[in-house]
Amino acid sequence: MDRLQQSDNYRRMTAMKELTGMDEDKPEEPRVVDSSPAKMVSSKLAESTTESELSLTELSGRTVGDVRCADPFMIAENVNVYYGDNHAIQNVTLEFGKSQVIALIGPSGCGKSTFLRCLNRMNDSIESARITGTITLDGQDIYDKDLDPVALRARVGMVFQKPNPFPKSIYDNVAYGPRIHGLAADRADLDGIVHTSLERAGLLKEVKDRLDEPGTSLSGGQQQRLCIARTIAVDPEVILMDEPCSALDPIATARIEDLIDEISENYAIVIVTHSMQQAARVSRRVAYFHLGLLVEVDDTDRIFTNPQHKLTEDYVTGRIG
Amino acid sequence: MQITTLTLIIAAMAAGAFYFGRERSLSVASGPSRMQTLHSLPGYYGYYTAIWALLPAMGLLLAWNLIEPRVIVGLIVQGLPDAEQSMSPGELNLLINNIRNLANGDIVSGEVGTVLQDAAARYLEYANTGRWMLAVLTIGLATLCASLAWRRITPKFRARNHVERVISGLLIAASSIAILTTIGIVMSVLFEAIRFFREVPLSEFLFGLNWSPQTAIRADQVGSSGSFGAVPLFTGTLLITGIAMFIAVPVGLMTAIYLAEYSSARIRTITKPILEILAGIPTVVYGFFAALTVAPVVRRAGESMGFEVASESALAAGLVMGIMIIPLVSSLSDDAINSVPRAMRDGALALGSTRSETMTKVILPAALPGIVGGILLAVSRAIGETMIVVMAAGLSANLTANPLEAVTTVTVQIVTLLVGDQEFDSAKTLAAFALGLMLFLITLGLNVLGIYVVRKYREEYD
Ligand SMILES: Nc1ncnc2c1ncn2[C@@H]1O[C@H](COP(=O)(O)OP(=O)(O)O)[C@@H](O)[C@H]1O
Ligand SMILES: [Mg+2]
Repeated sequence: MDRLQQSDNYRRMTAMKELTGMDEDKPEEPRVVDSSPAKMVSSKLAESTTESELSLTELSGRTVGDVRCADPFMIAENVNVYYGDNHAIQNVTLEFGKSQVIALIGPSGCGKSTFLRCLNRMNDSIESARITGTITLDGQDIYDKDLDPVALRARVGMVFQKPNPFPKSIYDNVAYGPRIHGLAADRADLDGIVHTSLERAGLLKEVKDRLDEPGTSLSGGQQQRLCIARTIAVDPEVILMDEPCSALDPIATARIEDLIDEISENYAIVIVTHSMQQAARVSRRVAYFHLGLLVEVDDTDRIFTNPQHKLTEDYVTGRIG
Repeated sequence: MQITTLTLIIAAMAAGAFYFGRERSLSVASGPSRMQTLHSLPGYYGYYTAIWALLPAMGLLLAWNLIEPRVIVGLIVQGLPDAEQSMSPGELNLLINNIRNLANGDIVSGEVGTVLQDAAARYLEYANTGRWMLAVLTIGLATLCASLAWRRITPKFRARNHVERVISGLLIAASSIAILTTIGIVMSVLFEAIRFFREVPLSEFLFGLNWSPQTAIRADQVGSSGSFGAVPLFTGTLLITGIAMFIAVPVGLMTAIYLAEYSSARIRTITKPILEILAGIPTVVYGFFAALTVAPVVRRAGESMGFEVASESALAAGLVMGIMIIPLVSSLSDDAINSVPRAMRDGALALGSTRSETMTKVILPAALPGIVGGILLAVSRAIGETMIVVMAAGLSANLTANPLEAVTTVTVQIVTLLVGDQEFDSAKTLAAFALGLMLFLITLGLNVLGIYVVRKYREEYD
């Protein structure tokens, strides 16, 4: 385990050096032929990045493309996450705009979920996790000591990979958030919130006659839309989605994608996805992560038609991942 | 020949049979790829032969030992003079016992006459012949069966399937022992209880308010005829169980919630083993803790507040029983809480719930069926608990709901009814079986209900 982690870290370090061109000004050393996996990876990376190394050093230190956006609502600045010794997110800077969908893509284990969970402090409940850097929401530092993570999570909602409705009725699932935050003055008010939320999640027609049935009696796609309705009901400003369709069939997936499109006007949405098509369909911007590093951020069409970084290109064309 | 020697010989024969069976399988399979021509691995042919050497012979041995004593007694009775043969069954039984004792060189009651000596000599003779017959028969059977099995070995012979069938048969036999024992116990309790209900009407037992099981032992004795109203016992049990659950449920549940959701991993690793130690304390220790430590404290505390407290109050017994049950409640609740998927917790937290909201509004409702099931199991444990109440609860069957008075429980009464010299077919003794049957039915019902609830809930997430 230790050794595994070590080699993993070593790989990361090497990858980082290659990506950031840190060893560019080192004197040429003769390459020793070494068949250890770590070396193999590093030399492969070196090969594949030669083209874009120049642009890497020119732009924002580490990340290619534009991490900034026009009207930033949430800003992550130099964020690092450590799980014990594992440096899972390395110096990531990224801005999220209002009414904008940004997709986080990258191979498994590159830290997408970890980064996403920093944005609503869900990593707080993981004992080994340590976070440095600053993240602000509407100008306010969310890791401020005085800030209540509970209040933060009401503003930054989250939808998970596997639909996770509570073992309660459909109505109570949606009413849960408004109830704990005291958003409804009376029952009629609460009914209103539940109906609007279900409506906006595109679920009302299917469930309006069976609001008393358990949420778990719905199909997978309906359950996921119920979870989105539940999140919307709290009236958040940002919605985080961690591979919301990976447990769903294509038709249910298409419905969720349409839904994201519809609601994107009102929220800043950050979606982690493994599907290039999905990223292309729903997002305005795409951020490509690799081994804990944010490699490239750009408008969606540029990422898919003209990626600047070799790694991004390899990933979006299906050569790695 | 002793049975042990015989068993050892047969075991040795089985080992030999294994060897020969294995050898034969290798020799009947021919050719360069001879392992492929065999249906099973050679070892299976060995086991097959060994099983045939062992099982029939052991079966014979067992059957013989069950039947032989009866046959010998029958033969001896036939050989007795007419006078003895016409004795009553009881006297005949005594006589046969004497014959057996004389033959074995033990003490004999009454004087040893010629009839007795004669019979004892014949007894020894029969027993001796029997043993030799048994030895010859079993060894012969083992040899015969093993060699038949040995001859059946051909490359196509499916030894593995045969061996596996025998093994599964053995496993079934082993598991049915527990089931058969349970059925046997239930039956014997049931029949004795039925005998009791012939003397005491069921309605009196179930609804009578007065429990005083003293019956006259001799006809001329002055004494009560005994009354068997079990209601005070069940209310006493209920009272003590109620007090115990009143302690155990909140404390156990809160412990579980704390351990599952709030404590750090370090505290968990310390607390869990301590709870397990608490669960491992013998109940007799809890019993004298209750009787010698808790009861006086309860009494003094009660009296200083102006209450009258019996020295064997229901409260003291219930308190200690509650402490005993805490680990059971907490570990079952802990299981229930932990089997609520992490996704539920994350979902609630991500909506901005506090930890306590997550716990009370999402996790506990989701874990509730499991917790209820666990509590039912704990109740059934409390109802059946004996040692603490024998030592700390009273003997007087008071019909009261006052925890400061002495009450008695079903289990305590069963113990007192059966302790000491008893006439076995008196209503007093049989009452213990009736109580036992009731207790069994109640705890069985609670257990079935508890397990049903727990299981139904498990399915929801798996
Ligand atoms: N709870 C955790 N504890 C320790 N390490 C973790 C934890 N979650 C994720 N990691 C590690 O962090 C890295 C990034 O994981 P993750 O964010 O889940 O990647 P992704 O979502 O991109 O597949 C991986 O190396 C993973 O092993
Ligand atoms: Mg992930």
